[in-house]
Amino acid sequence: MPSTSPSRRHLLASMIAASSGLALSPLLAAAPPAPLLTRPIPSSGEQLPVIGLGSWITFNVGRDPQGRRESSNVMRQFFAGGGRLVDSSPMYGSAQDVIGEAVQTLKPARLFAADKVWVSGGARGVAQVEASRKLWRVPRFDLLQVHNLLSWEEHLPLLLAMKREGRLRYVGITTSEGRRHAEIEKIMASQPIDFVQISYNALDRDVEQRILPLARERKLGVIVNRPFRQGDLTQALAGKPLPGWAADIGCTTWAQALLKFIVSHPAVTCAIPATSSVAHVRENLLAGTGRMPDEALRKRIVQDVERLA
Amino acid sequence: MSEWWTYSLSDFLMFSSRSYYRLIESYNAAIWPAHLLALVAGVIVLGAIARPRQHLQQSAGLVLAAAWGWVAWAYHLERYAEINTAAPYFAATFAVQALLLCWLAFKPGNAAPAPQPVALGLTGLAIFAYPLLALARDGGQWRQAEVFGIVPDPTVVATLGVLLAWRAPAIFWLVPVLWCLVSGATLIELKIGHAWLLPALALTAVLAAIMVSKKPRDLNSTANPQS
Repeated sequence: MPSTSPSRRHLLASMIAASSGLALSPLLAAAPPAPLLTRPIPSSGEQLPVIGLGSWITFNVGRDPQGRRESSNVMRQFFAGGGRLVDSSPMYGSAQDVIGEAVQTLKPARLFAADKVWVSGGARGVAQVEASRKLWRVPRFDLLQVHNLLSWEEHLPLLLAMKREGRLRYVGITTSEGRRHAEIEKIMASQPIDFVQISYNALDRDVEQRILPLARERKLGVIVNRPFRQGDLTQALAGKPLPGWAADIGCTTWAQALLKFIVSHPAVTCAIPATSSVAHVRENLLAGTGRMPDEALRKRIVQDVERLA
Repeated sequence: MSEWWTYSLSDFLMFSSRSYYRLIESYNAAIWPAHLLALVAGVIVLGAIARPRQHLQQSAGLVLAAAWGWVAWAYHLERYAEINTAAPYFAATFAVQALLLCWLAFKPGNAAPAPQPVALGLTGLAIFAYPLLALARDGGQWRQAEVFGIVPDPTVVATLGVLLAWRAPAIFWLVPVLWCLVSGATLIELKIGHAWLLPALALTAVLAAIMVSKKPRDLNSTANPQS
Protein backbone atom coordinates (compact mmCIF):
# COMPACT_ATOMS: atom_id res chain seq x y z
CA MET A 1 0.00 0.00 0.00
CA PRO A 2 1.55 3.32 -1.01
CA SER A 3 1.52 5.92 1.72
CA THR A 4 2.57 9.49 2.18
CA SER A 5 4.36 10.97 5.14
CA PRO A 6 1.94 12.41 7.68
CA SER A 7 2.05 16.18 7.33
CA ARG A 8 -1.45 16.97 8.35
CA ARG A 9 -0.47 20.21 10.02
CA HIS A 10 0.82 21.54 6.71
CA LEU A 11 -2.16 20.37 4.75
CA LEU A 12 -4.52 21.89 7.29
CA ALA A 13 -2.58 25.14 7.29
CA SER A 14 -2.76 25.41 3.53
CA MET A 15 -6.48 24.66 3.59
CA ILE A 16 -7.17 27.26 6.23
CA ALA A 17 -5.14 29.79 4.31
CA ALA A 18 -6.94 28.97 1.09
CA SER A 19 -10.33 29.32 2.71
CA SER A 20 -9.60 32.43 4.68
CA GLY A 21 -7.47 34.26 2.18
CA LEU A 22 -4.87 34.89 4.87
CA ALA A 23 -1.18 34.57 4.17
CA LEU A 24 0.61 31.64 5.75
CA SER A 25 3.22 32.31 8.37
CA PRO A 26 6.74 32.08 6.90
CA LEU A 27 7.37 28.86 8.80
CA LEU A 28 4.30 27.11 7.47
CA ALA A 29 4.55 28.65 4.02
CA ALA A 30 8.05 27.26 3.59
CA ALA A 31 6.85 23.67 3.80
CA PRO A 32 4.72 22.31 0.98
CA PRO A 33 1.38 20.79 2.04
CA ALA A 34 1.23 17.02 2.27
CA PRO A 35 -0.10 15.75 -1.00
CA LEU A 36 -3.18 13.64 -1.13
CA LEU A 37 -2.48 10.02 -1.77
CA THR A 38 -3.22 9.22 -5.40
CA ARG A 39 -4.00 6.05 -7.29
CA PRO A 40 -3.60 5.41 -10.99
CA ILE A 41 -6.65 5.00 -13.14
CA PRO A 42 -5.91 1.48 -14.37
CA SER A 43 -6.86 2.08 -18.00
CA SER A 44 -4.62 5.13 -18.45
CA GLY A 45 -2.19 5.42 -15.54
CA GLU A 46 -3.43 8.94 -14.81
CA GLN A 47 -3.14 9.65 -11.09
CA LEU A 48 -6.29 10.51 -9.18
CA PRO A 49 -6.50 11.62 -5.51
CA VAL A 50 -8.14 8.94 -3.37
CA ILE A 51 -10.64 11.39 -1.90
CA GLY A 52 -13.24 12.83 -4.25
CA LEU A 53 -16.41 14.78 -3.65
CA GLY A 54 -19.95 13.47 -4.03
CA SER A 55 -22.98 15.72 -4.43
CA TRP A 56 -26.04 13.54 -3.65
CA ILE A 57 -28.40 15.56 -1.38
CA THR A 58 -25.72 17.94 -0.11
CA PHE A 59 -25.51 20.13 -3.23
CA ASN A 60 -29.22 20.01 -4.06
CA VAL A 61 -29.97 23.41 -2.56
CA GLY A 62 -32.15 24.88 -5.30
CA ARG A 63 -31.78 28.62 -5.81
CA ASP A 64 -31.01 29.30 -2.16
CA PRO A 65 -28.10 31.80 -2.26
CA GLN A 66 -26.78 30.74 1.14
CA GLY A 67 -26.85 27.06 0.21
CA ARG A 68 -25.05 27.81 -3.04
CA ARG A 69 -22.44 29.86 -1.23
CA GLU A 70 -21.84 27.02 1.21
CA SER A 71 -21.54 24.49 -1.60
CA SER A 72 -19.09 26.75 -3.40
CA ASN A 73 -17.02 27.04 -0.23
CA VAL A 74 -16.95 23.26 0.10
CA MET A 75 -15.66 22.98 -3.46
CA ARG A 76 -13.12 25.75 -2.90
CA GLN A 77 -11.81 23.87 0.12
CA PHE A 78 -11.82 20.60 -1.77
CA PHE A 79 -9.71 21.96 -4.63
CA ALA A 80 -7.42 23.87 -2.28
CA GLY A 81 -6.74 20.62 -0.45
CA GLY A 82 -5.74 18.85 -3.64
CA GLY A 83 -9.07 17.20 -4.50
CA ARG A 84 -9.96 16.64 -8.14
CA LEU A 85 -12.88 14.29 -8.77
CA VAL A 86 -16.35 15.77 -8.30
CA ASP A 87 -19.26 13.44 -9.01
CA SER A 88 -22.86 14.27 -9.79
CA SER A 89 -25.90 13.11 -11.74
CA PRO A 90 -28.98 14.50 -13.47
CA MET A 91 -30.84 12.65 -10.71
CA TYR A 92 -29.47 15.01 -8.03
CA GLY A 93 -31.87 17.91 -8.57
CA SER A 94 -30.06 21.25 -8.69
CA ALA A 95 -26.65 19.76 -7.78
CA GLN A 96 -25.23 19.94 -11.32
CA ASP A 97 -26.08 23.62 -11.62
CA VAL A 98 -24.69 24.34 -8.15
CA ILE A 99 -21.43 22.62 -9.13
CA GLY A 100 -21.36 24.49 -12.45
CA GLU A 101 -21.76 27.83 -10.72
CA ALA A 102 -18.85 27.02 -8.40
CA VAL A 103 -16.73 25.74 -11.29
CA GLN A 104 -17.36 28.98 -13.15
CA THR A 105 -16.31 31.03 -10.14
CA LEU A 106 -13.42 28.94 -8.86
CA LYS A 107 -12.01 27.86 -12.23
CA PRO A 108 -10.28 24.80 -10.74
CA ALA A 109 -7.19 23.91 -12.73
CA ARG A 110 -7.35 20.16 -12.21
CA LEU A 111 -11.06 19.35 -11.99
CA PHE A 112 -11.95 15.78 -12.85
CA ALA A 113 -15.61 16.12 -13.85
CA ALA A 114 -17.57 12.92 -13.32
CA ASP A 115 -21.24 12.81 -14.15
CA LYS A 116 -23.85 10.27 -15.18
CA VAL A 117 -26.48 9.58 -17.73
CA TRP A 118 -29.80 8.70 -16.12
CA VAL A 119 -32.69 8.48 -18.52
CA SER A 120 -34.68 5.71 -20.16
CA GLY A 121 -33.84 5.19 -23.80
CA GLY A 122 -30.60 5.86 -25.63
CA ALA A 123 -31.88 8.68 -27.83
CA ARG A 124 -32.62 10.90 -24.86
CA GLY A 125 -29.17 10.18 -23.42
CA VAL A 126 -27.43 12.46 -25.94
CA ALA A 127 -29.62 15.41 -25.01
CA GLN A 128 -29.22 14.72 -21.31
CA VAL A 129 -25.42 14.57 -21.49
CA GLU A 130 -25.35 17.90 -23.33
CA ALA A 131 -27.75 19.47 -20.83
CA SER A 132 -25.58 18.21 -17.96
CA ARG A 133 -22.41 19.58 -19.59
CA LYS A 134 -23.99 23.02 -19.90
CA LEU A 135 -25.05 22.94 -16.26
CA TRP A 136 -21.51 22.03 -15.21
CA ARG A 137 -20.08 24.81 -17.45
CA VAL A 138 -17.28 22.51 -18.65
CA PRO A 139 -16.09 21.91 -22.22
CA ARG A 140 -16.34 18.16 -21.72
CA PHE A 141 -16.69 15.57 -19.00
CA ASP A 142 -13.76 13.46 -17.88
CA LEU A 143 -15.97 10.56 -16.89
CA LEU A 144 -19.54 9.68 -17.75
CA GLN A 145 -21.22 6.75 -16.07
CA VAL A 146 -24.48 4.94 -16.70
CA HIS A 147 -26.39 5.69 -13.50
CA ASN A 148 -27.74 2.58 -11.77
CA LEU A 149 -27.43 0.70 -15.07
CA LEU A 150 -30.53 2.44 -16.40
CA SER A 151 -30.80 1.58 -20.14
CA TRP A 152 -27.11 0.67 -20.09
CA GLU A 153 -27.37 -1.37 -23.28
CA GLU A 154 -28.27 1.81 -25.14
CA HIS A 155 -26.14 4.32 -23.26
CA LEU A 156 -22.82 2.47 -23.18
CA PRO A 157 -22.35 2.47 -26.99
CA LEU A 158 -23.09 6.20 -27.00
CA LEU A 159 -20.55 6.92 -24.26
CA LEU A 160 -17.92 4.67 -25.82
CA ALA A 161 -18.42 6.46 -29.14
CA MET A 162 -17.97 9.81 -27.39
CA LYS A 163 -14.72 8.51 -25.93
CA ARG A 164 -13.46 7.35 -29.33
CA GLU A 165 -14.24 10.79 -30.75
CA GLY A 166 -12.29 12.50 -27.94
CA ARG A 167 -15.39 14.10 -26.42
CA LEU A 168 -15.02 12.08 -23.24
CA ARG A 169 -12.04 10.55 -21.45
CA TYR A 170 -13.50 7.70 -19.44
CA VAL A 171 -16.64 5.58 -19.36
CA GLY A 172 -18.18 3.84 -16.37
CA ILE A 173 -21.21 2.28 -14.77
CA THR A 174 -22.69 2.79 -11.31
CA THR A 175 -24.80 1.07 -8.74
CA SER A 176 -25.53 1.76 -5.10
CA GLU A 177 -26.66 -0.08 -2.00
CA GLY A 178 -25.59 -3.44 -3.45
CA ARG A 179 -28.10 -3.50 -6.27
CA ARG A 180 -27.75 -5.62 -9.43
CA HIS A 181 -24.28 -6.85 -8.67
CA ALA A 182 -24.65 -9.85 -10.97
CA GLU A 183 -25.36 -7.54 -13.88
CA ILE A 184 -22.53 -5.22 -12.86
CA GLU A 185 -20.14 -8.16 -12.94
CA LYS A 186 -21.38 -9.17 -16.38
CA ILE A 187 -20.78 -5.67 -17.74
CA MET A 188 -17.39 -5.40 -16.04
CA ALA A 189 -16.36 -8.66 -17.66
CA SER A 190 -17.66 -7.92 -21.13
CA GLN A 191 -17.58 -4.17 -21.83
CA PRO A 192 -14.57 -1.89 -22.44
CA ILE A 193 -15.34 0.45 -19.54
CA ASP A 194 -12.83 2.33 -17.38
CA PHE A 195 -14.67 2.73 -14.08
CA VAL A 196 -17.22 1.06 -11.89
CA GLN A 197 -18.90 2.96 -9.05
CA ILE A 198 -20.25 0.97 -6.12
CA SER A 199 -21.26 1.35 -2.46
CA TYR A 200 -18.65 0.13 -0.01
CA ASN A 201 -17.92 0.81 3.65
CA ALA A 202 -16.88 -0.97 6.82
CA LEU A 203 -20.35 -2.51 7.17
CA ASP A 204 -21.40 -3.03 3.55
CA ARG A 205 -18.62 -5.22 2.20
CA ASP A 206 -20.35 -7.50 -0.32
CA VAL A 207 -18.23 -6.05 -3.12
CA GLU A 208 -15.09 -7.49 -1.52
CA GLN A 209 -16.19 -10.95 -2.64
CA ARG A 210 -16.41 -10.51 -6.41
CA ILE A 211 -16.70 -6.92 -7.65
CA LEU A 212 -13.43 -5.55 -6.26
CA PRO A 213 -11.31 -8.57 -7.29
CA LEU A 214 -12.89 -8.45 -10.74
CA ALA A 215 -12.11 -4.72 -11.01
CA ARG A 216 -8.45 -5.49 -10.34
CA GLU A 217 -8.45 -8.35 -12.80
CA ARG A 218 -10.10 -6.25 -15.52
CA LYS A 219 -8.01 -3.15 -14.67
CA LEU A 220 -11.00 -0.96 -13.87
CA GLY A 221 -11.01 2.08 -11.66
CA VAL A 222 -13.33 1.85 -8.63
CA ILE A 223 -15.23 4.83 -7.24
CA VAL A 224 -16.88 4.26 -3.87
CA ASN A 225 -20.14 6.01 -3.02
CA ARG A 226 -22.03 6.18 0.30
CA PRO A 227 -18.89 5.70 2.41
CA PHE A 228 -20.83 6.75 5.51
CA ARG A 229 -24.16 5.10 4.59
CA GLN A 230 -25.55 8.56 3.89
CA GLY A 231 -24.43 9.81 7.29
CA ASP A 232 -26.04 7.00 9.29
CA LEU A 233 -22.70 5.38 10.03
CA THR A 234 -20.97 8.51 11.33
CA GLN A 235 -24.10 9.34 13.31
CA ALA A 236 -24.15 5.86 14.87
CA LEU A 237 -20.50 6.22 15.84
CA ALA A 238 -20.79 9.79 17.10
CA GLY A 239 -19.76 10.02 20.71
CA LYS A 240 -18.10 6.60 20.69
CA PRO A 241 -14.41 6.97 21.60
CA LEU A 242 -11.94 6.24 18.82
CA PRO A 243 -9.99 3.03 19.44
CA GLY A 244 -6.25 3.27 19.95
CA TRP A 245 -5.42 2.20 16.40
CA ALA A 246 -6.94 5.44 15.07
CA ALA A 247 -3.98 7.49 16.23
CA ASP A 248 -1.59 5.01 14.58
CA ILE A 249 -3.01 5.88 11.17
CA GLY A 250 -3.44 9.58 11.92
CA CYS A 251 -7.20 9.60 12.39
CA THR A 252 -8.83 12.02 14.75
CA THR A 253 -12.41 11.25 13.78
CA TRP A 254 -14.51 8.23 12.87
CA ALA A 255 -15.16 9.72 9.43
CA GLN A 256 -11.44 9.64 8.69
CA ALA A 257 -11.11 6.07 9.93
CA LEU A 258 -14.06 4.98 7.78
CA LEU A 259 -12.57 6.66 4.72
CA LYS A 260 -9.12 5.21 5.34
CA PHE A 261 -10.69 1.78 5.56
CA ILE A 262 -12.21 2.27 2.10
CA VAL A 263 -9.32 3.83 0.23
CA SER A 264 -6.81 1.38 1.68
CA HIS A 265 -8.43 -1.42 -0.31
CA PRO A 266 -6.03 -1.98 -3.19
CA ALA A 267 -8.79 -2.08 -5.81
CA VAL A 268 -10.32 1.26 -4.80
CA THR A 269 -9.32 4.31 -6.82
CA CYS A 270 -11.33 6.97 -5.04
CA ALA A 271 -14.07 7.47 -2.42
CA ILE A 272 -16.60 10.24 -2.88
CA PRO A 273 -18.01 11.42 0.45
CA ALA A 274 -20.61 14.16 0.08
CA THR A 275 -20.82 17.03 2.50
CA SER A 276 -22.14 20.56 2.79
CA SER A 277 -19.65 21.42 5.52
CA VAL A 278 -16.26 23.00 4.92
CA ALA A 279 -14.99 21.46 8.16
CA HIS A 280 -16.02 18.00 6.98
CA VAL A 281 -14.37 18.36 3.59
CA ARG A 282 -11.13 19.27 5.37
CA GLU A 283 -11.52 16.26 7.61
CA ASN A 284 -12.26 13.99 4.64
CA LEU A 285 -9.24 15.19 2.69
CA LEU A 286 -6.98 14.49 5.62
CA ALA A 287 -8.12 10.86 5.42
CA GLY A 288 -6.36 10.73 2.06
CA THR A 289 -2.97 11.50 3.62
CA GLY A 290 -0.59 9.75 5.95
CA ARG A 291 -0.45 6.10 6.93
CA MET A 292 -3.10 3.73 5.69
CA PRO A 293 -4.31 0.65 7.58
CA ASP A 294 -2.78 -2.68 6.62
CA GLU A 295 -4.85 -5.83 6.19
CA ALA A 296 -4.78 -6.72 9.89
CA LEU A 297 -5.89 -3.26 10.90
CA ARG A 298 -8.62 -3.24 8.25
CA LYS A 299 -10.05 -6.36 9.91
CA ARG A 300 -9.84 -4.65 13.28
CA ILE A 301 -11.66 -1.60 11.93
CA VAL A 302 -14.48 -3.82 10.67
CA GLN A 303 -14.76 -5.56 14.05
CA ASP A 304 -14.85 -2.29 15.95
CA VAL A 305 -17.34 -0.62 13.63
CA GLU A 306 -19.61 -3.68 13.71
CA ARG A 307 -19.45 -3.67 17.47
CA LEU A 308 -20.04 0.05 17.98
CA ALA A 309 -22.31 1.16 15.11
CA MET B 1 -36.31 1.67 -13.97
CA SER B 2 -36.69 -2.08 -13.78
CA GLU B 3 -35.74 -2.59 -10.14
CA TRP B 4 -38.01 -0.25 -8.19
CA TRP B 5 -38.61 -2.88 -5.52
CA THR B 6 -34.96 -2.76 -4.51
CA TYR B 7 -35.21 0.91 -3.54
CA SER B 8 -35.99 2.14 -0.06
CA LEU B 9 -37.61 5.42 0.95
CA SER B 10 -34.23 7.00 1.56
CA ASP B 11 -33.23 6.42 -2.07
CA PHE B 12 -35.92 8.85 -3.16
CA LEU B 13 -34.95 11.59 -0.76
CA MET B 14 -33.03 14.15 -2.78
CA PHE B 15 -32.48 16.93 -0.29
CA SER B 16 -31.57 17.66 3.31
CA SER B 17 -33.89 19.02 5.98
CA ARG B 18 -31.80 22.18 5.90
CA SER B 19 -32.49 22.74 2.19
CA TYR B 20 -36.17 21.86 2.68
CA TYR B 21 -36.82 24.32 5.48
CA ARG B 22 -34.65 27.00 3.95
CA LEU B 23 -36.79 26.72 0.84
CA ILE B 24 -39.91 27.29 2.94
CA GLU B 25 -38.18 30.20 4.66
CA SER B 26 -37.26 31.96 1.43
CA TYR B 27 -40.72 31.27 0.00
CA ASN B 28 -42.35 32.76 3.11
CA ALA B 29 -40.13 35.82 2.85
CA ALA B 30 -40.94 36.26 -0.83
CA ILE B 31 -44.73 36.26 -0.43
CA TRP B 32 -45.15 37.95 2.95
CA PRO B 33 -47.71 39.40 3.92
CA ALA B 34 -49.87 36.99 1.90
CA HIS B 35 -49.95 34.91 5.08
CA LEU B 36 -52.41 37.37 6.62
CA LEU B 37 -54.76 36.88 3.70
CA ALA B 38 -54.30 33.12 4.06
CA LEU B 39 -55.26 33.40 7.73
CA VAL B 40 -58.49 35.21 6.81
CA ALA B 41 -59.17 32.53 4.20
CA GLY B 42 -58.59 29.89 6.84
CA VAL B 43 -61.08 31.52 9.19
CA ILE B 44 -63.69 31.50 6.39
CA VAL B 45 -63.13 27.76 5.93
CA LEU B 46 -63.37 27.16 9.65
CA GLY B 47 -66.53 29.29 9.81
CA ALA B 48 -68.13 27.15 7.13
CA ILE B 49 -67.69 24.09 9.32
CA ALA B 50 -68.75 25.85 12.52
CA ARG B 51 -71.86 27.46 11.02
CA PRO B 52 -73.12 25.31 8.17
CA ARG B 53 -74.74 27.71 5.69
CA GLN B 54 -74.84 27.24 1.96
CA HIS B 55 -73.24 30.56 1.02
CA LEU B 56 -70.47 30.00 3.56
CA GLN B 57 -69.86 26.55 2.20
CA GLN B 58 -69.61 27.80 -1.36
CA SER B 59 -67.16 30.45 -0.24
CA ALA B 60 -65.17 27.91 1.77
CA GLY B 61 -65.08 25.48 -1.15
CA LEU B 62 -63.77 28.18 -3.45
CA VAL B 63 -61.25 29.36 -0.87
CA LEU B 64 -59.96 25.81 -0.53
CA ALA B 65 -59.81 25.40 -4.30
CA ALA B 66 -57.84 28.64 -4.58
CA ALA B 67 -55.49 27.47 -1.82
CA TRP B 68 -54.80 24.17 -3.59
CA GLY B 69 -54.30 25.96 -6.91
CA TRP B 70 -51.92 28.46 -5.32
CA VAL B 71 -49.91 25.74 -3.58
CA ALA B 72 -49.74 23.79 -6.87
CA TRP B 73 -48.27 26.74 -8.71
CA ALA B 74 -46.43 28.91 -6.19
CA TYR B 75 -45.05 26.16 -3.99
CA HIS B 76 -44.74 22.92 -5.96
CA LEU B 77 -43.99 24.27 -9.41
CA GLU B 78 -42.12 27.45 -8.59
CA ARG B 79 -40.23 26.39 -5.47
CA TYR B 80 -40.28 22.74 -4.50
CA ALA B 81 -39.37 21.69 -8.06
CA GLU B 82 -35.95 23.30 -7.46
CA ILE B 83 -35.00 20.46 -5.13
CA ASN B 84 -37.49 17.70 -5.90
CA THR B 85 -37.88 16.36 -9.43
CA ALA B 86 -41.29 14.91 -8.49
CA ALA B 87 -42.70 18.34 -7.62
CA PRO B 88 -44.25 19.01 -11.07
CA TYR B 89 -46.30 15.82 -10.62
CA PHE B 90 -47.36 17.00 -7.18
CA ALA B 91 -48.37 20.31 -8.77
CA ALA B 92 -50.53 18.48 -11.31
CA THR B 93 -52.34 16.47 -8.63
CA PHE B 94 -52.89 19.56 -6.51
CA ALA B 95 -54.36 21.34 -9.55
CA VAL B 96 -56.73 18.42 -10.10
CA GLN B 97 -57.79 18.60 -6.45
CA ALA B 98 -58.39 22.34 -6.84
CA LEU B 99 -60.82 21.59 -9.69
CA LEU B 100 -62.52 18.91 -7.62
CA LEU B 101 -62.97 21.37 -4.76
CA CYS B 102 -64.54 23.92 -7.15
CA TRP B 103 -67.01 21.25 -8.10
CA LEU B 104 -67.58 20.34 -4.47
CA ALA B 105 -68.29 23.98 -3.62
CA PHE B 106 -71.34 24.04 -5.87
CA LYS B 107 -72.34 20.43 -5.51
CA PRO B 108 -75.77 20.23 -3.89
CA GLY B 109 -76.09 18.28 -0.65
CA ASN B 110 -72.77 19.22 0.91
CA ALA B 111 -74.45 20.57 3.93
CA ALA B 112 -73.08 19.33 7.21
CA PRO B 113 -75.77 18.03 9.51
CA ALA B 114 -74.15 19.90 12.39
CA PRO B 115 -70.71 21.17 13.28
CA GLN B 116 -68.50 18.17 13.84
CA PRO B 117 -65.89 18.41 16.56
CA VAL B 118 -63.35 16.26 14.72
CA ALA B 119 -63.72 18.29 11.53
CA LEU B 120 -63.47 21.54 13.45
CA GLY B 121 -60.46 20.22 15.33
CA LEU B 122 -58.62 19.16 12.19
CA THR B 123 -59.21 22.41 10.34
CA GLY B 124 -58.57 24.56 13.41
CA LEU B 125 -55.34 22.73 14.09
CA ALA B 126 -54.23 23.20 10.49
CA ILE B 127 -54.90 26.92 10.56
CA PHE B 128 -53.77 27.93 14.04
CA ALA B 129 -51.46 25.22 15.38
CA TYR B 130 -49.59 24.04 12.30
CA PRO B 131 -47.49 27.21 11.93
CA LEU B 132 -46.28 26.73 15.52
CA LEU B 133 -44.68 23.40 14.64
CA ALA B 134 -41.79 25.37 13.17
CA LEU B 135 -40.91 26.55 16.66
CA ALA B 136 -41.31 23.08 18.17
CA ARG B 137 -38.87 21.59 15.66
CA ASP B 138 -35.23 21.35 16.62
CA GLY B 139 -33.52 24.37 15.07
CA GLY B 140 -36.79 25.65 13.61
CA GLN B 141 -37.67 29.35 13.35
CA TRP B 142 -40.90 31.21 12.87
CA ARG B 143 -39.70 32.26 9.43
CA GLN B 144 -40.08 28.62 8.45
CA ALA B 145 -43.70 28.44 9.63
CA GLU B 146 -45.99 26.29 7.52
CA VAL B 147 -49.17 28.25 6.94
CA PHE B 148 -52.53 27.13 5.56
CA GLY B 149 -52.99 28.13 1.92
CA ILE B 150 -49.27 28.80 1.54
CA VAL B 151 -47.68 25.34 1.84
CA PRO B 152 -49.20 21.89 1.31
CA ASP B 153 -49.34 20.17 4.72
CA PRO B 154 -51.66 22.53 6.67
CA THR B 155 -53.71 23.12 3.51
CA VAL B 156 -54.28 19.39 3.18
CA VAL B 157 -55.15 18.93 6.87
CA ALA B 158 -57.67 21.80 6.74
CA THR B 159 -59.18 20.19 3.65
CA LEU B 160 -59.53 16.86 5.44
CA GLY B 161 -61.63 18.62 8.07
CA VAL B 162 -63.88 20.11 5.42
CA LEU B 163 -64.26 16.83 3.54
CA LEU B 164 -65.21 15.18 6.81
CA ALA B 165 -67.74 17.88 7.67
CA TRP B 166 -69.30 17.74 4.24
CA ARG B 167 -69.29 13.95 4.01
CA ALA B 168 -67.49 14.27 0.72
CA PRO B 169 -67.37 11.17 -1.52
CA ALA B 170 -64.19 9.10 -1.61
CA ILE B 171 -62.84 10.68 -4.81
CA PHE B 172 -62.30 13.98 -2.99
CA TRP B 173 -60.20 12.23 -0.35
CA LEU B 174 -57.79 10.51 -2.66
CA VAL B 175 -55.24 13.30 -3.24
CA PRO B 176 -55.26 14.67 0.33
CA VAL B 177 -54.73 11.25 1.88
CA LEU B 178 -52.03 10.34 -0.64
CA TRP B 179 -50.27 13.63 0.09
CA CYS B 180 -50.32 12.87 3.82
CA LEU B 181 -48.51 9.61 3.08
CA VAL B 182 -45.99 11.19 0.70
CA SER B 183 -45.22 14.16 2.91
CA GLY B 184 -45.18 12.00 6.05
CA ALA B 185 -42.68 9.64 4.40
CA THR B 186 -40.53 12.60 3.35
CA LEU B 187 -40.49 14.00 6.87
CA ILE B 188 -39.68 10.58 8.32
CA GLU B 189 -36.67 10.33 6.01
CA LEU B 190 -35.67 13.86 6.95
CA LYS B 191 -35.86 12.69 10.58
CA ILE B 192 -38.30 15.43 11.56
CA GLY B 193 -39.81 14.86 15.00
CA HIS B 194 -43.43 15.49 14.00
CA ALA B 195 -43.26 13.32 10.86
CA TRP B 196 -45.93 11.03 12.30
CA LEU B 197 -48.45 13.86 12.65
CA LEU B 198 -49.65 14.16 9.06
CA PRO B 199 -50.36 10.44 8.51
CA ALA B 200 -51.96 10.31 11.96
CA LEU B 201 -54.29 13.21 11.13
CA ALA B 202 -55.19 11.58 7.81
CA LEU B 203 -56.00 8.34 9.60
CA THR B 204 -58.10 10.21 12.16
CA ALA B 205 -60.04 11.96 9.40
CA VAL B 206 -60.63 8.76 7.44
CA LEU B 207 -61.79 6.83 10.51
CA ALA B 208 -64.09 9.69 11.52
CA ALA B 209 -65.49 9.82 7.97
CA ILE B 210 -66.21 6.08 8.05
CA MET B 211 -68.00 6.44 11.38
CA VAL B 212 -69.96 9.49 10.19
CA SER B 213 -70.96 7.75 6.97
CA LYS B 214 -72.69 5.04 9.01
CA LYS B 215 -74.96 7.60 10.64
CA PRO B 216 -77.98 8.87 8.68
CA ARG B 217 -78.01 12.57 7.83
CA ASP B 218 -80.20 14.66 10.13
CA LEU B 219 -82.11 16.61 7.51
CA ASN B 220 -83.72 18.89 10.09
CA SER B 221 -80.44 20.42 11.02
CA THR B 222 -78.88 20.70 7.56
CA ALA B 223 -77.37 23.89 6.37
CA ASN B 224 -79.15 26.89 5.05
CA PRO B 225 -82.45 26.42 6.87
CA GLN B 226 -83.52 30.04 6.26
CA SER B 227 -82.25 30.80 2.79
